[in-house]
Order: sequence, then structure tokens, then C-alpha cells
Amino acid sequence: MTAAVDPAVDVEPGGRRGGVPWRGLVLQPVLVLVALGAFALWRAGAELTDAEARPLGWSALAGTVVDHLQLVAVAAVVVLLVGIPLGVLLTRGPFRRASPLVLGVANTGQAAPAIGLFVLLATWLGFGFRSAVVALVLYSVLPVLRNTMVGLQGVDARLVEAGRGMGMSALAVLLRVELPLAVPVMLSGVRTALVLLVGTATLATFIDGGGLGLLITTGINLNLDSLLYSGALLVALLALAVDWVGRVVETLARPKGL
Amino acid sequence: MSEPTLTDQRTVSGVSIRLEGVTKRYPGQRGPAVDAVDLEIAAGETVMFVGPSGCGKTTLLKMLNRLIEPSGGKIFLGDEDVTGQDPDQLRRRIGYVIQAGGLFPHMTVGTNVGLVPGMLGWDRKRIAERTDELLDLVGLDPEVYRDRYPKELSGGQQQRVGVARALAADPPVLLMDEPFGAVDPITRQRLQDELLRIQEELGKTIVFVTHDFDEAVKLGDRIVVFDVGARVVQYDTPEAILAEPAEDYVADFVGAGATLKQLTLTRVSDTDLHTPVTAAVGEDSAAVVARAEAAGERYVVVVDGRGRPVSWPSVAELSRTTSVPGTRDERLPVVGLRSTLNDALDTMLAASQGGVVVTGRRDTVAGVLVVEQVMAAIQSTRNEVRG
Repeated sequence: MTAAVDPAVDVEPGGRRGGVPWRGLVLQPVLVLVALGAFALWRAGAELTDAEARPLGWSALAGTVVDHLQLVAVAAVVVLLVGIPLGVLLTRGPFRRASPLVLGVANTGQAAPAIGLFVLLATWLGFGFRSAVVALVLYSVLPVLRNTMVGLQGVDARLVEAGRGMGMSALAVLLRVELPLAVPVMLSGVRTALVLLVGTATLATFIDGGGLGLLITTGINLNLDSLLYSGALLVALLALAVDWVGRVVETLARPKGL
Repeated sequence: MSEPTLTDQRTVSGVSIRLEGVTKRYPGQRGPAVDAVDLEIAAGETVMFVGPSGCGKTTLLKMLNRLIEPSGGKIFLGDEDVTGQDPDQLRRRIGYVIQAGGLFPHMTVGTNVGLVPGMLGWDRKRIAERTDELLDLVGLDPEVYRDRYPKELSGGQQQRVGVARALAADPPVLLMDEPFGAVDPITRQRLQDELLRIQEELGKTIVFVTHDFDEAVKLGDRIVVFDVGARVVQYDTPEAILAEPAEDYVADFVGAGATLKQLTLTRVSDTDLHTPVTAAVGEDSAAVVARAEAAGERYVVVVDGRGRPVSWPSVAELSRTTSVPGTRDERLPVVGLRSTLNDALDTMLAASQGGVVVTGRRDTVAGVLVVEQVMAAIQSTRNEVRG
């Protein structure tokens, strides 16, 4: 921020330069809604066999989507509760030394094939929702953890020193300077994790964890293309919707003045 | 040599600083980075730390507010031993200014300035009043700048806010770590003038680290020249260091003996300023021309409603107009009364002009200084050196 200060200061006080990139944010939900509408139209008019109609019934469908979202939501909460504090801790003083180790473990979690992770955990913790959540957390904690660390490490060391130098405690500097400045990077990690979660949660069905994966596997097993496509489409739309919500939050939460 | 009186008729709101055997050792290094430094800094003085990079001057500065913990020795503020005090509490009583101001980019100028008073538990109204007062002090209109973000400010403006932030809770001591290192020479000179003016008003105890010896001479009441290990080689007034460097090391470092160095010791206010013919914006040109010719002047300083210089046209230029134009000359060479002759000469060269307009209190015209006067000053110091 030393030399890059341009003298054009004709900005309204507190105003944003260049405005919010709303145009990019509008397109995505419109596409999702159009696709969803097309799906609803097809579903209302299609002639379905009994085996297809049951899982594609409106209430059954809604239930599956809710199941899926539940998996994502619970895993996301755990990811945030683990990833952010761990990321903060690993950028503090003596804990810095442990960061290669922890990042290594998190990297392994993400590099391991997701399906393998699910099955291994299921044989250890038993089949069901809980194992699915644990697997999802292991699989998606890395982006949150790493972006928290990268975001905090990216804060200009001189600002930290300026904060300490004026008498702010280490905690005050973290809460009032470092975290606010790291927010954009951290949130993009959270968004990546959420999108990963929505996609990966389809694998939960293999260990009896429910969700939209059920539609897809049933569609494949029974050779019912309508189920397969419905499941795949809904997962894709859900991921896009979650990604969009993430982008909106990122835009709104971005600290002014950056 | 007579001891110059430094603190006559000056307001002093600072306290003295005393170092006793302050030492810093880093594990795995052979010699200590700072080796048993004893130093006394009088209340209300500006003391400049100069020396080659890596000599430990910044380390010593940061030990004063314990951003770096001393390995040994004692530090006193006034009569109080602060070596064992809680560092966070201590730092709220010591202003700290770093390069480029170190402003928090996600906070407005006002929030930045109000941080320390906020930590000290001032109420909101008092903080707001203090913030406006300080922005005013550093020459930024609070109405315009209070709600701006740092990135909307120029480098020089950011640095001013940095100074205002450090002064917010009225600390007796101000530590400045190469604050003007990242701005262009013209802006740096303005900021230096500003600091001199503020210091004249407030009388803080200022410890200022710089690698620029001219800056040290201009701003410092006293200068400490350091060698490796923060060994104090010489601690004296700028005049004394230039006149009698304690060792060859100092002489080499400060470039003493060079005649033009003396220019940094002479202030513009020390010279006989010429009083120019002034004209207000909008005045009848013919009357001004007549006035200038009567006074035998070839140039006229145009001033605005508050007496601040706007432009410096020749009589010939003015006689081609009907009324005095109010167009501001952006390249008008201006220096303050506390600027050095060196600054004045620099400004003239930068503007390719044979003179500068000198401004005093509240930026009103105090006179003009022409290049011949600077030459005369050089000549007389040369004669002094010889005689």
C-alpha cells in the first residue's frame, strides 16, 4: 500500500470504488432458476413408471434434497468450527512449527479418493449419517484451513506491528486487524469447501448416509435414466446455488476500504 | 563552544527518557545487536538516531516501547522505571509512527485516529472531538477526510494521519521509525516542515530513526550517531556534529566539512527575507502594476482571501490582464519558515525558478527568498569556515 496510492480521491466518503460486481452475481441464480423451472415442467408432464414416480414425487424429492442439505450443513458447521480456529492457531507463535504437519494431514484427507474415505470410515465408525459427516469434514476442511492461514499470513506484518505498537493486545490485533483483513480470502475458502461438500455428499449414499446420491445410484442400478438425470441435475443446481450464496456473502462481507 | 539553548520559551509536554545499559542479544548471534547503551534524552527534545543499516538503531527504538524486549538494562520514562511494566499499557502512552503511516486499510481515517483513545476508554463524543482536532493539527480538513479510507489518500496524507493517530491520546513520547522514507522528496520536505511546526506547538519528546543525515540535521535538536552494536559514537547538536565530528567514522558518515552541508543548518527564517508586493485575487491590475513599479519590483505575489500565496506573476504578465487572476499555480515554489536553505534551493531547482515564496503561520506569505540570498549565505559560511 505504499506506492500504489493513486491520487484520484473523488470517491464519496465510504463509497465503493467501481461499485459492486452485481451483474456477475445476477446471472448465476437466473440460470439456476431457469433450469429448475425446466425440470419442474418436465416432471409435471412426464409419464413415469411406478418405480420412477415414487422417488420423484414432490414430497419424496423435497425430503431427499433436505437430507442432502442436512449432510452439507452439519459437515459445514464442523468444518468451520475446526478449520478456522485451527488455521488461526497455526499462524500464532510457537504453533507455527506444527503447520506443515497439520497441512500434510489435511492434504492427505483431500488427496485420498473420497469414495475410499467414506468406505474406510464406515467400516470403522459404522454405516450412517455420522460416518458420512466425518468423511465429508475430512474431505473438505483443507480449503477452509488453508485459506484461513493464507489470509492471515497475507496481512502486512507492519500493520500487525503498528497495532501492537499502539498498545493493542495480541488478541485485539487478531480480532480487529488480522481477521477482518483476511476475511475475503477466508470466505473464498469457505465457498470452495461448501461446493465440495454439496458434490461429495452424493457419495454418502454408499454408506447409507442418504441425500441426492440415492437418486443417482438407484438410477444407475435400475437403469432408470430419469432418476439418474434428476439426481445429477439437482446436485449441480444445488452446488451452483450454494456457490452463488457464497459469492453474495463474500461481496457483502468484504471490508470497505480494501 | 557554547551550548545552544534548546528549550527556551518552548512548550514542553514530553518527559525525559533514560536508558541504562540497555542490551539486546539474539540467540545464535555472536555479538549483541545492542550493547549496553546508556542514553539520556531530555523532555521535549527531538533526538535523531542515525547510523548505517544494521547498526541496531531501530532495535533500540523498538526497545523503548518494548516491541522488542531488552535482554538487559533499564528504561525510564521520567523517573518511572518502565522496564517491567505491562507492554500494552506502556505503548498506549507512547506514540508510534512507522513508514507510510501503517494505517489500517479497513478503517476510516477517523476510526484509525480514534483507536488509542478508544482503548483508553474515552467516551465517543470526546474521541470524535479529539479526532477532528488532530486532523486539523496535521493539516487535513476533518469534514473532508474523517470518513475516507486510507487508500483514498495520497502517501503524504496517509503519513499525516499516521502522525495524528500516534498523537491521539496525547502521549508524552513519540517514536518515529523512518516515517518519511517512502514518500517523494517534495512531500517529505513538507512533512518535515509540518512535524517541526507541530513539535513547536506541542513539545513532545521525539525519538526519530532515519538513515538520511540531512533529515536528522533539519529535524533534530540532537543527533545520536551509532556504530555497529548501537555503540553511541557521538551524541550532540547537529551544529556540533558537523563542526567537530568525534571520529573519522562520524566525519565520513555525515560528510562533514562539505560546505553545502551548512545549508542544512541554516533556516529560511534565519535569513533576511525580502517583503514582496502582494496583490489580492480580483484586484485591479493597473493599480497593482503601479504599486509594483513604485516599489521597484518586477514580480508580484498573488494571495487568496486568507493571505495564502496563489501565484507569482511578473509585472509584465500582470499588465496584460485587467484584474488579478485567481488561477492557482500548481508549480509555485513554496517553503516554510522552518525549512532549511537546502530545502529552499532544492525547491527552486525543482521549479526552475530563481526564488521561493516563504510561508509562515497558517500558510500566509511571510516573504520571498531569492537564489542570490542563498548564495550569499553559502559565501558567508565559507568565509567562517576559513576564518
